Amino acid sequence: MPEKHELEKKGLSSLLDKEQIEASLQALKEKVKEDVRALKKPTKTDLFKSMFRVKHDETPRSRALGVLTNVFLHLHPAKVNRDAVAYNYTWGMGGITFYLFIVLTFTGALLMFYYHPSKIIAFRDILYLEHDVPFGKLLRNMHRWAAHLMIITVWLHMFRVFLTGSYKKPREFNWVVGVILLVLTLLLSFTGYLLPDDQLGFWAVTVGTGMARATPLLGHEGPFGPELGMTQFNDVRFALLGGSIVDSNALLRSYIWHCIAIPIIASTFMVVHFWRVRKDGGISGPSPVALESEIKPERKI
Amino acid sequence: MDWAQLWEIAVTPDNIPITALLFLVPFFTWYGLRQALANDRLIGQLEANPELAKTHHRKVQPYKPGWVKEVHVWPYLLRMEFLAVLVVTAILMVWSITLDAPLEEPANPNLTMNPAKAPWYFLGLQEMLVYFDPWMAGVVLPTLIIVGLMAIPYIDANPLGAGYYTFKQRKWAILTFCFGFLGLWVSMVIIGTFIRGPGWMWFWPGATWDHDRLIFEANRDLPDIFSITSRWGKGIFGALVTLLYVAVTGWGFHKLLTRPGFNRKIYERMNVFQYLTIQLLMILMMSLPAKMLAKLVFRIKYVWITPWFNI
Repeated sequence: MPEKHELEKKGLSSLLDKEQIEASLQALKEKVKEDVRALKKPTKTDLFKSMFRVKHDETPRSRALGVLTNVFLHLHPAKVNRDAVAYNYTWGMGGITFYLFIVLTFTGALLMFYYHPSKIIAFRDILYLEHDVPFGKLLRNMHRWAAHLMIITVWLHMFRVFLTGSYKKPREFNWVVGVILLVLTLLLSFTGYLLPDDQLGFWAVTVGTGMARATPLLGHEGPFGPELGMTQFNDVRFALLGGSIVDSNALLRSYIWHCIAIPIIASTFMVVHFWRVRKDGGISGPSPVALESEIKPERKI
Repeated sequence: MDWAQLWEIAVTPDNIPITALLFLVPFFTWYGLRQALANDRLIGQLEANPELAKTHHRKVQPYKPGWVKEVHVWPYLLRMEFLAVLVVTAILMVWSITLDAPLEEPANPNLTMNPAKAPWYFLGLQEMLVYFDPWMAGVVLPTLIIVGLMAIPYIDANPLGAGYYTFKQRKWAILTFCFGFLGLWVSMVIIGTFIRGPGWMWFWPGATWDHDRLIFEANRDLPDIFSITSRWGKGIFGALVTLLYVAVTGWGFHKLLTRPGFNRKIYERMNVFQYLTIQLLMILMMSLPAKMLAKLVFRIKYVWITPWFNI
């Protein structure tokens, strides 16, 4: 066997010229060097270009494209009113509300890993989450406080939009969408209240849904309800709770509304809301003040 | 003065948002109105000086000729957004580490919580239950709040004040909204949190929540005061009083809306549907303070009694 090995070696070396090998090695070295040098400018690599599509230069064009060609940023225009960037006009409340919604979706999805919407185990899941799951308590706290904070920021957002008259032409409809989102935010929070299945949530939801008994026409204790054949087993409260008392069906229903239905509905309205902000001309101001003497006569249809 | 009781209410984890609200809402009201007044001063100057109005950039923010009116989103807006995200995350982290979300005993239908309170953001509705029957407080009025809010852009005939803070140009709108939002909604949330104790009884801040407290306070109905006892009598009398309320309130608002001056100009721009919707919403909104007055001061429960509904 060793003989054959030697033969092969000899054969190979005889086939290639020694100088030729050295030259090609040198060329390879150069190429590697160059490629490594190119890595030091990552923005020039094909990998980078494939991801970001546009060059990042210090030019206005590239700054604009950086926003417009990015899927996460493209809701922004390329440029905004220079005075709208300051905190004092918008208070940042709409944006903060949206950020809190993202935080809530994230922490909520994590909570879903540990929670069963069943009367038997729901409360124990919370205890498990609080005492055994790593960072479980922090997770639950963040979800709860972000929810409360979101309600405050939604209210303040509405207050700001009102004070700046931002609901006026052409933004009337977006205000309506905003009111729907406000209601959905409250409903999201309310449906989540029952899920720990503790006394606090149970009685809050009992009080809350108790009012549905009194719905005119559709509730069994409401005006003209009994006259229309409403009992506590077929009225609107029964439909909400899946029963005549707050029990396992109510837990499951509020879980599904809380984790699936309302988030999807709210996200849809959010898409419309943000889209309309852009389509109605972007952020409403601060715009130049108008004077009373400049009011134009109204055009009638 | 029971400071311990007050402290206990204020730092109950679920009440922290309301304690925060006590500071945040006044702060932002001041913050917005301060800018409104600054703009109003500018508006006053421009109105007094038409020449200046032609050349002025019409904002209180500084401006020099040659300055661009728009800036790039990247980085000027995005860095602000990033900063806001960082601040909110930090606040949320600290809040979540220092304060635990409440968890009571397992749900027990046989053990009623006293007071059994709705989540804090619905305490306004729960407080309304004191003044109206559930079909009104829990269903009709909330629906009207939502519909009324949605109607705002369509009933506000005032073309001024779009896109800047101002008080002078939108006095009527801003006062009405602030009355509804701050005077009714936020105040009732605060009353529901800090003042309503066991049995939903009124405890002034600092009073001890006494679970055995009894209040000997007979609620009366308005017809009783006038010794009307028959069913028909009560129904007709109540209808008349309600009608009187509607007429007086409507007349009052008509007077306010048509006051000579700026309001009158706006009134003349309204169409009949806008006017009627405003009247309807205002009359319904004012029914809450009217019933609060009747209940809290005169201990009157119902005004209008019928076999089907009571108001």
